[in-house]
Amino acid sequence: MTGFSAWSGPRTAKSKDKIMNPILEMRRITKTFPGVKALDNVNLTVQEGEIHAICGENGAGKSTLMKVLSGVYPTGTYEGEIVYQGKTADFRNIRDTEDRGIIIIHQELALVPQLSIAENIFLGNERASRGVIDWRKTNRSTEELLAKVGLIEPPTTKVDSIGVGKQQLVEIAKALSKNVKLLILDEPTAALQENDSRKLLDLMLELKAQGVTCIIISHKLNEVRYVADRVTVIRDGMTVASLEAGDALSEDEIVRHMVGRDMTHRFPEHKRTPGNTLFEVKDWNVWHPEHTERQVIKNAAMTVRAGEVVGIAGVMGAGRTELAMSIFGKSYGRNISGTATLRGEPIDVSTVDRAISAGLAYVTEDRKSLGLILDETIRFNTTLSNLDEVSTGGILNHNEETKVAERYREALAIRTPSVFQKAMNLSGGNQQKVVLAKWLFTQPDVLILDEPTRGIDVGAKYEIYTIINDLATQGKGVVMISSEMPELLGMCDRIYVMNEGELVGELSAAEANQERIMSLIVNE
Amino acid sequence: MDLANNEAATSTATKTKGIAEYLKSHLREYGLLFALIAVMAFFQIVTDGTLLRAVNVTNLLLQNSYIIIMALGMLIVIVSGNIDLSVGSVMGFIGALAAVMIVNYDQSVILTILVCLVAGGIIGAAQGYWVAYWRIPSFIVTLAGMLVFRGLSLWLLEGQSVGPFPKEFQILATGYVPDIFPAGIGVFFAEMFDARRVNTLALFTGFAAAGLVVWLSLRQRSQNKAYGIEDEPASFFWGRTLIIAAALIFILFKLSQFRGMPNVLITMGVLTVIYAFITETTTIGRRVYALGGNQKAAKLSGIKTERLTFLAFTNMGVLAAAAGLVFAARLNTATPKAGFALELDVIAAVFIGGASMSGGVGTIIGAVVGAFLMGVLNNGMSIMGIGIDYQQMIKGLVLLAAVIFDVYNKNKSA
Repeated sequence: MTGFSAWSGPRTAKSKDKIMNPILEMRRITKTFPGVKALDNVNLTVQEGEIHAICGENGAGKSTLMKVLSGVYPTGTYEGEIVYQGKTADFRNIRDTEDRGIIIIHQELALVPQLSIAENIFLGNERASRGVIDWRKTNRSTEELLAKVGLIEPPTTKVDSIGVGKQQLVEIAKALSKNVKLLILDEPTAALQENDSRKLLDLMLELKAQGVTCIIISHKLNEVRYVADRVTVIRDGMTVASLEAGDALSEDEIVRHMVGRDMTHRFPEHKRTPGNTLFEVKDWNVWHPEHTERQVIKNAAMTVRAGEVVGIAGVMGAGRTELAMSIFGKSYGRNISGTATLRGEPIDVSTVDRAISAGLAYVTEDRKSLGLILDETIRFNTTLSNLDEVSTGGILNHNEETKVAERYREALAIRTPSVFQKAMNLSGGNQQKVVLAKWLFTQPDVLILDEPTRGIDVGAKYEIYTIINDLATQGKGVVMISSEMPELLGMCDRIYVMNEGELVGELSAAEANQERIMSLIVNE
Repeated sequence: MDLANNEAATSTATKTKGIAEYLKSHLREYGLLFALIAVMAFFQIVTDGTLLRAVNVTNLLLQNSYIIIMALGMLIVIVSGNIDLSVGSVMGFIGALAAVMIVNYDQSVILTILVCLVAGGIIGAAQGYWVAYWRIPSFIVTLAGMLVFRGLSLWLLEGQSVGPFPKEFQILATGYVPDIFPAGIGVFFAEMFDARRVNTLALFTGFAAAGLVVWLSLRQRSQNKAYGIEDEPASFFWGRTLIIAAALIFILFKLSQFRGMPNVLITMGVLTVIYAFITETTTIGRRVYALGGNQKAAKLSGIKTERLTFLAFTNMGVLAAAAGLVFAARLNTATPKAGFALELDVIAAVFIGGASMSGGVGTIIGAVVGAFLMGVLNNGMSIMGIGIDYQQMIKGLVLLAAVIFDVYNKNKSA
């Protein structure tokens, strides 16, 4: 991304003098999930023929809003109104929206890697008569579409043999094949190299000239400034600003809108005096498990002191989870190199059970698919990582297990009628406490908490924060990965900022604020 | 007056509701038990009492012994989230190996048994290795194993049947535990029950086993109460426990009137108890459930998932070998066809017993009851003279019904 900010944006064909004619109006959209209000009266107006950027932190509600728009959440599952091309729209599914020319391209591309470019472009929309595919027509149309997006590849090339940047172009060609009127791109450049990103953004400008309206979701504000005509900022599920892009709009201003919020009393009071260095990672390098040429973590180095809470900030995909999991028993990546030490002594973290016995614990960001056995009871889950403690000679002591589970239920205030309740029947906050109980029972020295408060309500968050503070008070080292900056600022003694696999900055509690972190993330 | 009446009515209502709720949430377990009883009652009536004649009960146990022995291992494999399609072939192969060793090469029975069990373990380990460490789907690996070992038994037997076995080997399947009590007691009971003879040991074992079941259940219940686990209503508890106890006494009473307890029954009973214990109360059993329930979470909890998968298949191999020995001893010959398609009966028994295809769910007792349910169906239909064509269809539909019932229950509760 270096040098990106140096672009002298030629924002061509600005539609300043154009008559305002909204193609899309989303009015007072409210969407609730059990226990969480993801969108709260969000308004979004997109003018015909413009590029409209949506900015916001992770979890602000951008993706949810786009899912509402694209029919992933059908009409009736949310409140509010969508007016598209002057008519109230009741989209029941993605098919509905695609028929009307609204196409969304997700961050995770929806291509079938084993099929050719042509097959992917016309998937579900085959050039065929009576079920028999007309390959000549298919390939000819594909060539035309590829020419439009500036991709020089034979239509028969398999998608898995071209890079991510080209795959992105195939997605756009696919959208064009469906007569797209409103194209939504969710973080389109997140996985792209700089020149690929630039090509993509120039293509957007070209499409705009041809009359296609675009919505782009992006964290990279320089890119936003490069292409966007308007910027809508979403924060905590609410629209906080709708800004006219142009030379007057600075990245700082966008950042301020993205992060500015009331922060009083959301975090329990804490007074900490961290001791000596407890845990240290040095020269940590990790390569991607499948794309072996891609280095996911580059020369990471970090320290955690006893009784300290250390944060790691960064956007999704910055490599925070990958760093944590590669340290914890090499659970992610290959060719992992580097040293990990505890109280100055090197420790063996080559498998999960060794990492556990060395004194590490890792609370995953995805408690449902990685943290819990949902079909099993609280008791089962609580003792799972330390069965030796509740067994003799491999034979479990069920009574002892129950006692342990009860003890943690009380200590962490897990709200449940009994510890024999299945994990899947608990609320998000209580599930998270069960995961914490499991790891506390292993008596770790260092806990790595990955998004410990994701998807849980405010009250439960406060309780989790209190538990974290207690752990630090007991002299444990806590690493806290979070996409919610206020949480990091409210909880941590020190914050590392991670970007594209590197720890690009380190801020003490005193010097850290949201603007500084955000500018480290977006500018590097 | 009215008020009191009302209160009484409400309390009865809540009580009934409690029982209904309980039944709803445990429909699967009771359903299986009821299904077994209903199927037995049905065949008992339509076969004019042949089903539960002493000789037929003995037969029923012998016929299903090798299925049950393999179902124990299969339950663990399926709970771990895998499947083993090779067990029928492995069973046949081990029978062939035993026959060749004993009949053609005059090896001792003890040595043969040991070699066969070890060979089974190695076969299981070899398949488990690819599944666990190379992440090749178990379906593929064991499908390959099924073909390979079917071919190997053909090769080993050179396409012929090999037999007969010496007496010491046949005892494995057709032997009976001798009555240790003086003959006089047996005669006394025989007169009392108006039977031709009574094996006192079998009769006493029945009462002892029944007493043990009642005692263990009571102990479990009082422990549950102490820890405030949602407990089953007393009526259900006693109903269930007494039915099981009565069934044990009944079966052994029947056996005692024929030739006593088959050796295989002892093997089967002991293995069932051991495996039930392993799955319910050992760390390794616990980890298998975690592995099948959520492999990624299990791995991130420090469980050595690969090794566990490997062990599950190794164990399956040993049990398939044991079943192969019993099967060969029972037929008194090894044939290239032995064990053909038997893996399907074993797998069906485990699923009828409530195990989940996706892993993490299932019990040993369920698998054993499932195997018996299939066994009674087979046996009952054979007595009735129903053709093998209809038998297959009916068994298939029973399996489908059991699984639909599971899925329906799960969807409803979700």
